[in-house]
Amino acid sequence: MMPDLGKYAFEVGWSYVVTFALFAILIGLTLWRQARVKRLLAEVEARQGEV
Amino acid sequence: MTIWEYANPKKFMQTSARILPWIIGATVLSLGVGVIWAFFFTPDDFRQGASVKIMFLHVPAAMMAVNAWGMMLVTSLIWIIRRHHVSALAAKAAAPIGLTFTLIALITGALWGQPIWGTAWEWDPRLTSFLILGLFYLGYIALWEAVDDPDTAADLTGVLCIVGSVFAVLSRYAVKFWGQGLHQDSTIMKVGEKDPISPAFYVPLLICIAGFVLLFITLVLLRTRTEIRMRRTQALMARERVA
Amino acid sequence: MIALLIRDLRLTFRAGGGFGLGLAFFLLVAVLVPLGVGPEGETLGKIAAGILWVGALLACLLSLDRIFALDFEDGSLDLLATAPLPLEGAVAVKALAHWLVTGLPLTLAAPLLGVLLHLPAGGYFWLILSLALGTPALSVIGTFGAALTVGLKRGGLLLSLLVLPLYVPTLIFGAEVVKRGSAGMDAGAPLALLAAITAGAAALLPFASAAAIRVNLR
Repeated sequence: MMPDLGKYAFEVGWSYVVTFALFAILIGLTLWRQARVKRLLAEVEARQGEV
Repeated sequence: MTIWEYANPKKFMQTSARILPWIIGATVLSLGVGVIWAFFFTPDDFRQGASVKIMFLHVPAAMMAVNAWGMMLVTSLIWIIRRHHVSALAAKAAAPIGLTFTLIALITGALWGQPIWGTAWEWDPRLTSFLILGLFYLGYIALWEAVDDPDTAADLTGVLCIVGSVFAVLSRYAVKFWGQGLHQDSTIMKVGEKDPISPAFYVPLLICIAGFVLLFITLVLLRTRTEIRMRRTQALMARERVA
Repeated sequence: MIALLIRDLRLTFRAGGGFGLGLAFFLLVAVLVPLGVGPEGETLGKIAAGILWVGALLACLLSLDRIFALDFEDGSLDLLATAPLPLEGAVAVKALAHWLVTGLPLTLAAPLLGVLLHLPAGGYFWLILSLALGTPALSVIGTFGAALTVGLKRGGLLLSLLVLPLYVPTLIFGAEVVKRGSAGMDAGAPLALLAAITAGAAALLPFASAAAIRVNLR
């Protein structure tokens, strides 16, 4: 199943791992900030709704 | 119905909410197919062996690192000229994505070059240019973070992006000049400048590029929506303080 | 405009340091690098052009935040912005004042430091020429960075982060001129490009700087 990467296994392997790790971090931070701001906005809007 | 309709934050939120599921789907599909094809089903290159598989990550990342800055330039100009807040926020949203692509381009570039150069880093003009681009991204992001007032921050970062773009282009040529130096080094592989003609490489590369582009669009849309919400939150909180 | 120039120069000297600080820093760099790299003349000679240019660049960086900071704090920047003299002109004058106090002394002092760093004999002329042409660009670009960060407390580090990437083309071409000139090769191409960058920056950046100041004064 795994392709024969020959002597480049280290470089190719780590390239893919690092790329997807960085994507995961970026996506994770994006979604985390999105959730936080959504919650903050909902709180503020609820407060102002009561006024 | 012109594109300027979408400069209205509310319209932007509505439209982006509608198209996001499709874009996300397309992103997952193209990235998934592209990467799996690239990793498992591409042949080895005659000269580079299996390390050619890194190209499918490095080339799209490098393209997007530059394109992201280009998009930031356009949206910064739109902000400065037409004062559409969505534009300024879209530029802010794009910067960390561009920085990430730059990092990926640098790391995969170094890893691709390692077996060929024998060292973990080589001051190749291309990689050096991306290192400088990374510094431009960092400065831009830092300026957004440092300035309190959002409109002031938008204006200052807009000007920085425009001036920075000129210097980024100048740097690219300067670094090329610097790279040839006093000795010709034709053995340094110009990673990414070779266009593989073989369809065995070309097609999965295109799919990967499409995947990276769609990922960029997805994340810019998501992050801009968050910035718009943040702006609204700040406006409401300011109203609270005054009341 | 002359009055503004004289005023700025007088303020710089009164505030203490004047051009001494930049020169002292430049000297320090020329002393520290051999201490770090080793005293071999041959090695130093090869990197002298680069060290001198990087040293000049860093020394210029030191005094950038002072360009607008004092005026911003005491309100004279507001006055300048609303004065009959166009703000772009005032900004250009401030950049000139910075160069007179920083870039020019560095250019003149550089040959002495070149001796310390075993700069090849052929390089001295090119060193002075490249610094004379390139340091004005450093002042103009630095003024732009200062204009962006004028409103920020402790903006000094951010100023460096913003300005140093903008310095890259000038640094590369400036050092190239000295390296090629030292080796007896034709230095025309980098020299022309260096001059072009300085000319372009001096002509266009004051507009961007003035825009940034207006934003910060709002």
